[in-house]
Amino acid sequence: MIRLQNLTFQYAQGQPIFRDFSWDVQRGETWAILGPSGCGKSTLLYLIAGLRFPAAGQVLVNGECISRPRPHTGLIIQEYGLLHWATVRQNAQLGLRIRGFYGPDGTHAPANFHASLDVDTWLDRLRLLPHAEKYPGQLSGGQRQRTAIARTLALTPDLLLMDEPFSSLDAPTREDLQNLTLELQTEQNLTLLIVTHTIEEAAILGKKILLLGNPPNTYPQVIENPQAGSNDFRGSDTYVTICRDLRAKMELS
Amino acid sequence: MKRRDLFYAILALFILWQITSWLVDQPILPSPIQVIPVFFRELGGDLLAHFTVSMWRVLASTALAILLASPAGLILGQSPRLNAIFSPLIYLLYPIPKVVLVPVLILLFGLGDMPKIAIIFIILFFQILVLVRDQAASLRPELIQSVRSLGAGRRALFRYVYFPASLPAILTGLRQSVGTAVAVLYVAELFATQRGLGYYIYIKGSTFFDYPAMYAGIIAMSLLGLGLYFSVDWLERRLCPWQFTE
Repeated sequence: MIRLQNLTFQYAQGQPIFRDFSWDVQRGETWAILGPSGCGKSTLLYLIAGLRFPAAGQVLVNGECISRPRPHTGLIIQEYGLLHWATVRQNAQLGLRIRGFYGPDGTHAPANFHASLDVDTWLDRLRLLPHAEKYPGQLSGGQRQRTAIARTLALTPDLLLMDEPFSSLDAPTREDLQNLTLELQTEQNLTLLIVTHTIEEAAILGKKILLLGNPPNTYPQVIENPQAGSNDFRGSDTYVTICRDLRAKMELS
Repeated sequence: MKRRDLFYAILALFILWQITSWLVDQPILPSPIQVIPVFFRELGGDLLAHFTVSMWRVLASTALAILLASPAGLILGQSPRLNAIFSPLIYLLYPIPKVVLVPVLILLFGLGDMPKIAIIFIILFFQILVLVRDQAASLRPELIQSVRSLGAGRRALFRYVYFPASLPAILTGLRQSVGTAVAVLYVAELFATQRGLGYYIYIKGSTFFDYPAMYAGIIAMSLLGLGLYFSVDWLERRLCPWQFTE
């Protein structure tokens, strides 16, 4: 589904973050992207989202070279993603409104898009209906992030990119949203890429884990974690082993 | 603010005025009991026409300032490069008391409404420009990126992000400057015109020595300022309801 081909990327100053980097993601997979600050994990997500562009090489999603945000890719960021002047319902409708604004042109909105502002199913699924008329300033961090998820899922994406979405939340809320994300991934058959800087979160969420090191990254270091997402995984020995393994590898790189 | 509080405040003001007028006991300070009937009588005369002219001047200049300053502020706020070019100029011009430009504008635009509208426009323009620019610049790049990821191009960003984000700045700009605008309107209407509340107050006071009528004019001008202030308040509640939540 996603193919990075000999990708090179650097910011104006400094050394490349990725050099001749290639990586493949299959449809329906759940990946955690883990690494220390500044390793380029968010950059990788923005490249796939079509919000940044490589200096060399290319990013292909569904065989198409990405030159702008793609209608079926959803992106959820850590904070600041909601319009603070709009209610939960209006925020959840934002993507649909933007699609309605352009019409089904195939670039901003899918060619088969039918205008609709119905988000109540999603608000209900994400336990937001009682808060639909509140503003983001009146919500808890978890509710805000659920609003962002509702807004993205209302656009029926096939690829969901999440950039440290839960890092500003308290532990119980974070755990709740991690479980919800995994449920939604299975339910909607999403390809999920989630960037995180915590080893535990990577181990919980990623059936495959891409470990990035200090730049430049030249090859993908992949850790298989097939049991992630299964029942009671948090308490299992496998989880502890994976975490230990990841910690050792991060220290090495 | 509750209506009842407002009523008591107005009442207190009139009582204070009444007492002061008793103490001063001079024709130059008539009591509200004398002035209020004159105010209503004059409204039936030519006061209403002067009021309408002044109000038209303020509203026209306000509309013009919003129409020109908001897009300019949005553009500067979005473009650090343009802002770097223009901000020293704005920095220099912003604190200049614009009222000194009244004679220049009269020379430039001659008699009639134009110089009055122009001076208020200049005052409001800078206020709104600066506030909208700062507001647009303070929008976090993360927010813009996440809305772009929903498919928004430049036009949709303007419609769904920049425009609603700048509304409070426009209204704050108006709120901060309506007082000044009406004060400057008074000064501007002293020159080269025979219409408007400034002219009315001046001519009644210093030519006809009709002090109650002069105060009727002052009340009309205060009502104009208050009306504008209340309108901004009302608009803010209508257009920016999120600012009034806990």
